[in-house]
Amino acid sequence: MKEVDVRLTVNGRECTARCEPRTTLADFLRGHLGLTGTHLGCEHGVCGACTVLLDGATARSCLMLAVQGQGHEVTTIEGLGTPENPHPLMRAFSEMHGLQCGFCTPGFILSAHEYLRENPRPDRQAMRKDLSGNICRCTGYVKIFAAVERAAELMAEPEAARS
Amino acid sequence: MKPAPFEYHAPTDLGEAVRLLAALGEHGRLLAGGQSLMPMLNLRLARPEAIVDLNRITALAYHRLDDETLVIGALCRQREIERDKEVLARCAAIADAIPLIGHIGIRNRGTVVGSLAHADPSAEWPVLAVLLDATLEVEGVAGRRSIAAQDFFKGLFATDLRPGELVVEARFPLPPAGAGSAFIEVARRHGDFALGAAAAVVELAADGSVAAARLALGGFDSVPVRATPDPAAAAADVHPVDDVHAPAGYRRKLAETLARRALHLAEQRARKAGR
Amino acid sequence: MTWVGQRVARKEDLPLVTGTGTYVPDFNLPGTLEVAFVRSPLAHARILSIDTAEALSAEGVVAIYTGPDIRDQVHALVLDQEAAPPGLETAAPEIYPATIEILADAEVRHVGQAVAAVVADSRYHAEDAAELVRIDYDELRAALDPEQARLPGAPIVFDNVPNNVQARYRIRVGDADAALDGAEHRLAMKIRSQRVMAAPMETRGVLASTVGEETTVWSSTQIPWAVRNSIAGAIGVPQRQIRVKIPHMGGGFGQKVNVYPEEVLVTYISRALHRPVRWVEDRVENMIASGHARDQLHNVEAAFDGEGHITAIRDRFVLDSGVACPYPLSSAYNVASHFRSMYRIANFSIDAECVLTHKMFNLPYRGAGRPEAAFVMDRVINAVAQELSLDPAEVIMRNLIADEEQPYRMGMPYRDGHEVVYDASGFPAAFERLLELIGYAEHRRTQTQLRAQGIHRGIGLGTYVEGTGVGPFESGQVHVDAQGHVVVYSGCAPHGQGLDTTMSQVVADAFGITPEEVVFRAGDTALLPYGVGTFASRSVVTAGAAIIESSNRLLKRIKAIAGEMLEMAPEDLEVGAGRVRVRGVPSRGVSFKEVYRAASPGPGARLPEGMDPGTAERFYWVPPTVTWGFGVVGAVVDVDPETGVVDVRKVVMLHDCGRVINPLIVEGQIEGGLVQGIGATLYEHVIYDESGQPRATTFLDYLLPTSAEVPEIIQEHLVGTPSDRNPLGVKGVGESGPISPPAAIANAVIDALSPLKIQLNELPLSPATVAAAIWRAGG
Repeated sequence: MKEVDVRLTVNGRECTARCEPRTTLADFLRGHLGLTGTHLGCEHGVCGACTVLLDGATARSCLMLAVQGQGHEVTTIEGLGTPENPHPLMRAFSEMHGLQCGFCTPGFILSAHEYLRENPRPDRQAMRKDLSGNICRCTGYVKIFAAVERAAELMAEPEAARS
Repeated sequence: MKPAPFEYHAPTDLGEAVRLLAALGEHGRLLAGGQSLMPMLNLRLARPEAIVDLNRITALAYHRLDDETLVIGALCRQREIERDKEVLARCAAIADAIPLIGHIGIRNRGTVVGSLAHADPSAEWPVLAVLLDATLEVEGVAGRRSIAAQDFFKGLFATDLRPGELVVEARFPLPPAGAGSAFIEVARRHGDFALGAAAAVVELAADGSVAAARLALGGFDSVPVRATPDPAAAAADVHPVDDVHAPAGYRRKLAETLARRALHLAEQRARKAGR
Repeated sequence: MTWVGQRVARKEDLPLVTGTGTYVPDFNLPGTLEVAFVRSPLAHARILSIDTAEALSAEGVVAIYTGPDIRDQVHALVLDQEAAPPGLETAAPEIYPATIEILADAEVRHVGQAVAAVVADSRYHAEDAAELVRIDYDELRAALDPEQARLPGAPIVFDNVPNNVQARYRIRVGDADAALDGAEHRLAMKIRSQRVMAAPMETRGVLASTVGEETTVWSSTQIPWAVRNSIAGAIGVPQRQIRVKIPHMGGGFGQKVNVYPEEVLVTYISRALHRPVRWVEDRVENMIASGHARDQLHNVEAAFDGEGHITAIRDRFVLDSGVACPYPLSSAYNVASHFRSMYRIANFSIDAECVLTHKMFNLPYRGAGRPEAAFVMDRVINAVAQELSLDPAEVIMRNLIADEEQPYRMGMPYRDGHEVVYDASGFPAAFERLLELIGYAEHRRTQTQLRAQGIHRGIGLGTYVEGTGVGPFESGQVHVDAQGHVVVYSGCAPHGQGLDTTMSQVVADAFGITPEEVVFRAGDTALLPYGVGTFASRSVVTAGAAIIESSNRLLKRIKAIAGEMLEMAPEDLEVGAGRVRVRGVPSRGVSFKEVYRAASPGPGARLPEGMDPGTAERFYWVPPTVTWGFGVVGAVVDVDPETGVVDVRKVVMLHDCGRVINPLIVEGQIEGGLVQGIGATLYEHVIYDESGQPRATTFLDYLLPTSAEVPEIIQEHLVGTPSDRNPLGVKGVGESGPISPPAAIANAVIDALSPLKIQLNELPLSPATVAAAIWRAGG
């Protein structure tokens, strides 16, 4: 099947690869760019494990074609933080035990990132609804709420105080 | 679960899109938000030979409040309406309904017009369209035409659109100032398609009696239904069947319950607005 | 500073929160081929012909395999892994071997069964080609209702299983028949736990890579050694040529406790093609071709007196096994051994049958029979209360085993053949504490008033016991390596429960180091010759025991060697900070690294007389029997009587899981389990229609709880009773959460509508089901 050129900005860098137009953004990120932090849990847009940021807003990458990403900025979990320099959300999820198997975690962290940007002082009742687009089978969500609240605290700290 | 192969087109203006659609006929499917079509592609339940992606036609990405009409372009994302405090204040039914639509990630990409064109009778926007007597502006090689919402929805996932046509705009006349409106639904989980939904608009007369009432029901029939604005009569206006989520008898009772609650809430809000 | 008991953040987390973990789909071995399966669209049919010609010429296709292609090289899995152990004779178990075909050969027996495997350069191309495989089926009658399938004349699923009854057992304690005949009061109920599925967020997947004669298999499995052994047996190679290693895993919950056809076939294909070959299950496949669970229909009778004391239970149940019951004693027999829970019921009779049908096979899923049993028992208790117009809490209290009666003997064996004797106590106190925490008395005071205001609020109660740490054994090795690090090898197979962290806490205390310094490797058949895995709430108990025993032996060894080096008696030495030091003179000591060197074979070795070289110790721990945890659960719900919608406001759970190694992790297990319990109570249902077609094939139909469905959860760990059946004094907790929610929530809904006296004996409690119960009762 005919392939096309796809040029995307991913995590701040321009990436180019060839793929069939039917290649989903999720598969492009994972397969062509080696960014396997974005996970596939259902491939029909329900579980949210494939969540990335598209121009800063969450999007299910299994419901987008790679070609559709052209001209947009994609941010994956790898762009939010690294093992050497983890994002406060990453630290908070670990501190509060907001993950067990970790499969849903990258998607959840990106959704939480968007939530906190719009709600820097999180409210647990509102969080229940606003984070309901990501499914976790392990944690029962209670410690995910705690992780988001903790991340808000960490992110509110002045830059210098963060170690 | 990977899509079957297709040709991909991404026109940059509406004229190009219309010409493409005309040339492709039944072999082309439109892609806007993708929240309904992409799952079907991934599941290979839809296998179009060609996809016409509207997302580059940025001229269609708009919404505005024209006097009393909410005008929504084909590429307006649901989240943009959700964020428009003025719209939400003008129509409580819309404010009630949007947070019930899937989840934020879906509303970031999903379009209002896409939801209407997809015509799932359990979806929220089709119910709102029928409640508010929306019109859909449709473009095709033969030119533009307007379709009233109640004429637009023909059956389960079926609309009045002919091959080669696309909806470019949806126009929702908002309830008059002082009217009350409401949208309620029963769903298995937050964000799910409704087991049943009811939306109502109630206007009060100067003496406080109900001057006018409108009611729309969704999820009970193969299309959203403009029902008699009276709970018992409304239940008789729909003909639910058994399905995986509920037997018909349950839905019949649910129609009456939700109709009563939606009308009541709309009326309460009208009274509050009147004070 | 002791690490055991601390809320230590997990060692596992950094790769997982940064998205740099490696689950099966994330591997990037050059040249990996991807597999897509052609699966049966019919519940039962003869295969007349398979034509792969067009598919073979499709873009990117490398090979296609069908049942006839592999008939002589790959054998079906014939499972008799749960032969009844000695001690179980009283249960009169009759178990026939189950068969799981690798690829259907002559016949397909359930929708979703694998018929052909397409191997291509990408999953996209493999799926394209799969659609081009032409198969001619002759459709046959399917057995779909287990009650019917066991009767003469029903379509037979496998010829070696007469009347489709793959397993049966019976338990008789006391004389339930006589007690029922002479009872003051009796009731009979029909209670169904629906078919559900585990639905881990990561579907199954297997990647096999062959170099020379040896294949490494990365599989998302909870039982690596069984997978290794079965693959080797099925493809006819020595076990040493197959290595099974678990990568990061995205959950299991029991669904990954099985040797699946895909694991065998992908390994075979890799060896045939000498390429890395991978199959990643998609979600639809997981829904139809990974193990389903529960699906039990109970007919239960209870005898009781005017005070609500239950004197007898007689239960008969059928478990819809699908095409095979790989573990007939697990879910089915756990029902018997957990049924009477915390209650004193002297007369108990149970008859069980695992019946085959033309559906996906049935595997134990988190709780493994305990939730089904608890649902029956606690619905019975509630019904007794309703019948006598007593408060359910009162009836529970009257039947609870008192502390003076402990250790309580249930008069029957556990599935390991040993008598069930509880090693847990404090049932009444725990229950009182639950009533206090949940505000039971306050609820009774305000309930009527709330009802008048249109708020239909109810509280429902449930109790459970949990046999944990089942055998047959678990393996562990602890050694000091050339870097002086303490390295642990374990036979467990962690997939989210933080075993690296908890086991490191145990080892850190033993060696005087920090958990971060412990190197932990698990689930790799190359590291230990024998191992079992992680399921059945067993790892902290069994893997922990193997590890602490190995640690203790290693400590003895390295102190002996250090003593030789320091010319001190081992009793005068202690460990700390990676060194062996003289007690009281910490400056005098040797590092673990130096001990390693001293213990290395050769003329320079410095070893005590008669000691072999090396700094490794291995231990296989065999449990004496299970160790019993228990818990009590209450749910507070609001019910909308017009729509049947149930809103779970709060769940309170008190539990005894023995000594707690890491409270943070225990809390997480309980919360996750409770929410799975809520899912099974209100939302989840695997449905087959009249022609054997599965109707829940995506997450749009199979509804998992989201964050919006989570109530307030309050949990309290009871100081309870450390176990004396294992060296760490721990009890398992992985499956505790999902056991009681169905009973507690159903009872709460009934309480919310108590004037109507509704019956709710079937799960899930969808709005339509609850509404129907209300209307039946005249509400």
